[in-house]
Amino acid sequence: MNKNNIYKSLKVALLPSFLLTMLLVISSCDTDETQTVTTFTKLVMADEFDTEGAPNNSMWTFDIGRGPNGDGWGNQELQYYTDRTENVKVENGFLLITAKEESFEGASYTSARLKTEGLFEQQYGRFEARIRLPYGKGLWPAFWLLGNDCDTNIWPNCGEIDIMEYLGDSPTVVFGSAHGPGYSAGEAETKEYSLVNDRFDTGFHIFGIEWGPNYINYYVDDVLYNQITPEDVSGEWVFDHPFYIIMNVAVGGSFPGSPDSETVFPQTMVVDYVRVYQQ
Amino acid sequence: MLLVFMTLIGCERELSDEAEFATFSKTGEIFTDNFVGLGTNFFFPFVSDGAKADVFSVDEDVAFESSASIRIDVPNANDPDGSFAGAIFIVDGSGRNLTEFDALTFWAKSTQGVSDITMGFGESKFQVARNDISFSTNWVKHIIPIPDPSKLTEEKGMLFFSAGTGNTGGFGYTFWLDEVKFEKLGTIAQAQPAILNGVDVAQDAFIDIPVQLTGLSQTLNAAGRNITVTAAPSYFEFKSSDIDVARANETGLVSVVGNGQATISATLANVAAQGSLALNVNGTFDFAPTPPARNTNDVISIFSDAYTNAPVDYFNGFFSDGFQTTLGGAPPLDVNGDAVINYTVLNFVGIGTFQDVPSINTTEMTHLHIDIKVNESIDPGDFITIQLLNSVGDNETSGSVRFESDAFTRDQWVSLDIPLNDFGLADRSKIGLLFFISDATISDIFVDNIYYYK
Repeated sequence: MNKNNIYKSLKVALLPSFLLTMLLVISSCDTDETQTVTTFTKLVMADEFDTEGAPNNSMWTFDIGRGPNGDGWGNQELQYYTDRTENVKVENGFLLITAKEESFEGASYTSARLKTEGLFEQQYGRFEARIRLPYGKGLWPAFWLLGNDCDTNIWPNCGEIDIMEYLGDSPTVVFGSAHGPGYSAGEAETKEYSLVNDRFDTGFHIFGIEWGPNYINYYVDDVLYNQITPEDVSGEWVFDHPFYIIMNVAVGGSFPGSPDSETVFPQTMVVDYVRVYQQ
Repeated sequence: MLLVFMTLIGCERELSDEAEFATFSKTGEIFTDNFVGLGTNFFFPFVSDGAKADVFSVDEDVAFESSASIRIDVPNANDPDGSFAGAIFIVDGSGRNLTEFDALTFWAKSTQGVSDITMGFGESKFQVARNDISFSTNWVKHIIPIPDPSKLTEEKGMLFFSAGTGNTGGFGYTFWLDEVKFEKLGTIAQAQPAILNGVDVAQDAFIDIPVQLTGLSQTLNAAGRNITVTAAPSYFEFKSSDIDVARANETGLVSVVGNGQATISATLANVAAQGSLALNVNGTFDFAPTPPARNTNDVISIFSDAYTNAPVDYFNGFFSDGFQTTLGGAPPLDVNGDAVINYTVLNFVGIGTFQDVPSINTTEMTHLHIDIKVNESIDPGDFITIQLLNSVGDNETSGSVRFESDAFTRDQWVSLDIPLNDFGLADRSKIGLLFFISDATISDIFVDNIYYYK
């Protein structure tokens, strides 16, 4: 009742913004009808994770350890990556990447990082995965692409496209980013996407990009939430060569911070599928 | 966004009006600008617990996003009409169906910061409480997750609060609540229920002596932050590994029915609870002999269910001098309503009556009675000395009586009736400590019926 009074008294003054707000609401409700999320439909690679056991070794290889400099992959991450069944396996139609709390090779946590380097690399395309994420402070799972020339063309010059990153203590938020020369790490071109009345660790969500010459479109489920173009980045556009896929669950480090007393281990990122399309 | 929010509210209100004649309303709102659907007689202060009755009003000058709020005036601790503010809002009418919500939420602020507010919902069977809620001087939204919404098909207890002056040095203050409602936040997940505070407890139990499960809670992650609430037993499903030994009912009371071992575990909404109770049952409990009836003037009881007991400071002083090992007595065991002290790891232990309670004037009495059962094998050289201290800390004097090993029998109650003259105290008008001293020769005893008499 009193709200109606406020509404009436504000109505005149705020009418234009009110209309705008309502329009936004309506348009966001109708996203799937009015907005074209994806256009690339020619499937060129897919792993549906239908074969039990280790991931398909014709598609996936592993990063092992704590990074080439032993520094937690440049981020002071706390985990030791392995290819053991405890950390990575296919089961019941899903790829399971599990972060565990255990002493292993001097680290306090173990986890896994899969990649298609040398096995599947592609320039442009639609890359998507259907994933249920873990949760808890210190968990930092990601589904991302790295330029296939990083050995010779040192990061960030080789380019990095983060399709999905997520911090376990913010289970309603993911973000997509692009890293290149002059816009990497904390200066990367990035945007958050938040779920309303839902969270990413209780159900599966689709994370994808559609990447072509001079653009990368980021989407979650049926919502296109960002487009990055050469005009958006503060340096050279380095996304016109083949990239490979990485999926990992990092623990701790400078970005997510360390796990705390509320963090429950083990934590598993569950991947239903990874699919790549071309135009 | 504000306007959109209002529109949503408007929609929900229409819904609630339509649903008014349904058997169990699915309305979530409790207070927006006024109470929503609570009827006329809905405020029930916890007067029998010492709460002040007259603490509640609807404040039309203070509000969050509206024109009115619930105002609670927490009284001073020395208010003769009640030392704290506590009450429950119960629907005056039929209960509500809250199964489609996942949390009770509200906005709150107070005239000064306090961090020991308890709030919750549930009339009794499905009561939920969140303790240590912090109120600050600006409006903050608070969340009390529902441990298992599917249980709340007909709930009348919409909101309760309990607020004292523990954080404010006894001085009263005011807090306001607004936009109080059950909501489907969608961001409440990752349940971690617990019984017995998440601890795996192992203990002896006795046939026909039930054990109450305590420390029941549900922890849920609300958009990244864990929130723990105490949850009534009826939210849990209890399971026994051997129902011929022990079984738990929906109130969390474990009945002990046979000899053997049984472990009680629990689930809440199909999630296994942390914590369990492993019971080792070996026969019935052996109670101390019941003392005879005596005239009130003929007995000063320290610890007995047969008489009215004098107040004591403690049954275990836990003297922090680095020498005391004794556990137990804090508090005494409650064996089906009969209080018994079980001292374990005994070397010495004192029962205090000198700090915050009057010391015991035993001048008129002739004897000290104590029942002791030794729960372990007794070796020659074992002993228990009973020592009394008079006028503790003020020209104190002490006297003791020592009982050798042959005074006790393993697993049997022994009644000691000690002439007070044997303690050799010139003055026994201000007894402040009663010690049991074994120097660890005897380490596990039951004690009952400690009283002076004539």
